[in-house]
Amino acid sequence: MKELIDRLKTSYTVEDYIQQRSDLAHITVSKETAVDFISHLQRVEGYKHLVILTAVDWIEDGKFQLTYLLNNPEMKNDINVKVFIERENATMESIHHLWEQARTYQRELKEMFGIDFPGSPGVDKPFILEGWHDLPPYRRDFDTKKYSEETYFPRPGREKNDPATYMKQKLYPNE
Amino acid sequence: MGKEELEKRIVLSPDGEPIEIDPINDYFCQDLPEVEKKSSIAILEKFQNWARSRSLWVLGFGTGCGAIEMRPLMTPKFDAYRYGIQWRPTPRQSDVFVISGYLSVKTLKRVIRSYEQMQGPKYVIALGSCTINGGMYWDSYNTINRLDHYIPVDVYIAGCMPRPEALLAGFEQLKKIIREGRGEGANLYAENFEWYKANQKKIIKDWDMPDYNW
Amino acid sequence: MDPILVKILYALLTLFIVLNYGLLIQGIVPKIGARVGRRHGIPFYQAYLDIIKNYSKRTRVTHGIMFYIGPVFRLTGGIGLLMFMPVIFGSNMFQNFSFTGDLLLVLYFQFFGVLGMALGAAESGHPHSAIGVSRGLSQTTAFEFPLTLGVLSLAVQYQTLNISDIVAAQQGGFMHWSIMTNPLAAAAMLIAFLGAMGRAPFDVVLAPQEIPIGPPTEYQSGLLGVLQLNRAIFPIAKLILFMNLLFGGATSWPELFLKTFLIYMWSVFVGVVFPRFRVDHSVRWFLGVPLLIGILAIIVTKFF
Repeated sequence: MKELIDRLKTSYTVEDYIQQRSDLAHITVSKETAVDFISHLQRVEGYKHLVILTAVDWIEDGKFQLTYLLNNPEMKNDINVKVFIERENATMESIHHLWEQARTYQRELKEMFGIDFPGSPGVDKPFILEGWHDLPPYRRDFDTKKYSEETYFPRPGREKNDPATYMKQKLYPNE
Repeated sequence: MGKEELEKRIVLSPDGEPIEIDPINDYFCQDLPEVEKKSSIAILEKFQNWARSRSLWVLGFGTGCGAIEMRPLMTPKFDAYRYGIQWRPTPRQSDVFVISGYLSVKTLKRVIRSYEQMQGPKYVIALGSCTINGGMYWDSYNTINRLDHYIPVDVYIAGCMPRPEALLAGFEQLKKIIREGRGEGANLYAENFEWYKANQKKIIKDWDMPDYNW
Repeated sequence: MDPILVKILYALLTLFIVLNYGLLIQGIVPKIGARVGRRHGIPFYQAYLDIIKNYSKRTRVTHGIMFYIGPVFRLTGGIGLLMFMPVIFGSNMFQNFSFTGDLLLVLYFQFFGVLGMALGAAESGHPHSAIGVSRGLSQTTAFEFPLTLGVLSLAVQYQTLNISDIVAAQQGGFMHWSIMTNPLAAAAMLIAFLGAMGRAPFDVVLAPQEIPIGPPTEYQSGLLGVLQLNRAIFPIAKLILFMNLLFGGATSWPELFLKTFLIYMWSVFVGVVFPRFRVDHSVRWFLGVPLLIGILAIIVTKFF
């Protein structure tokens, strides 16, 4: 994969590059060049298969990381294209023109993270959460436990133990 | 609401006259459930309960991961048919609703709809810990914790997941309950209808169906 | 007593016996299948329990008058088929309302119930009921062709449209049965019989688990009970028809039970061996070789 990365570096600004395995590389590109870069990978380099499009919430840095995992079925290797976008008013260009199924991923990201993909068909339709009015639940500042306790009538009497100390007490009560 | 097909609209009748259509009110019955009395003849009621307990038709609706535990019951190893348990494809003909595992809010909406379409007396078996107190999804943003706040439950089967044997034991327990004449979930639902409905509406934010949609 | 009153009472007795026989066979045949699969299977009286259960449901939903009448039509189709056939040959008690030309009426009653269901299901407001009914109707229409041709071939052979006469002509040993004297018509009819019984490979139209869009989807409680009663009576009535036309009829009830059970087993055996046809396949299949056999049967009986 080394020569591929070198070839890519000549025409694109690669911000960061990690070779994790011989068949898996992580490449970070800027938000502006990302869609261009991905379509180059798809059309020229043979990365025809979009494995997954997902996001990571780096709340400390104020950023979302979008992860486009692409697979090359002929070379049998994967490239993970990472794109960092701002957390406030997060928007990203849609890639549904490259892969039709990307619209579903983008719909999910819109609902779960609040990342908007203008132009993606049906991106505003509810995906799993019907009529959700709160913060998008996959954002890390959303307190899911508090929300659940307020909403879903928790049954009283539920106990929680730390597994390590609990098993220690059970197995070696005399120590 | 916000769904286009459910909004009031004016359509032209075949005669060319404009008529107003309000889908929720016009397409669905608005009657609320009523308490259905037991038969006044005790021995007849007993006989009917015996028949009901021997012919349990299960709605083929797997709501969560527990649906996989229902399938082995049809195989030669467990063979639930010998206990009079059969699977039906439509809620209209079913007696037993097996809530198999966790319920997300989206599924709960469908569950309530299916439950209300079933004909009384109807029974609910709650399978797995998730239906009792949320199980391992107790702090999730999207799964309910206590099923009995939304529909009346006859039998709980604890475990994560219970084996098919446990499910069979649950069916046996349900039979006992029916034979003793305690399987009155439908009447319980009708009596406490407002409480159940308030709980359901608290959870389901986009309520776009009639209150009791037969 | 008035003779017509006696006749009605005897007909009701026939109906009662046939109903119980049908309900038992509904339990026994799956039981046999289960035992072959090394299972216990349902109790042989399960069909009774289901019907009692359905009638003791406390609530029921209606969608209008036709919705009620649909199952009634269906049941009328089953009972009517039975009522206009001689059940036991040579017995005054169980002649029912057989008359000259009853063969044509019986053919008509085959279709009657399905049409009733079409009306009822359409009223139910179920969006897919029209698909379910049209599938059922197209398959029924398809197997009616070889069936009717076979029956007409028998009518030509015996020069009568009276079932009693056809049965009478077959008496005197199994070499006189139509299945021996007119094998082509028998072949066409027995193939159509597979479709008429609604078992595999032709049960996609009513397979409950596979296609939850068939006509009875909306029916519940007592209305479903009526349909279940019909599902007990209708197959037995058809079995008696085929027994009368092809296998020399029956002179006593035990003979009737034995013969109909064996004829039923023919559809069961075919059902367990062959996988299901889709409706479009089964229609094409019925309009192929079985139809040709039927036409051939007519030609052979007429000209040879």
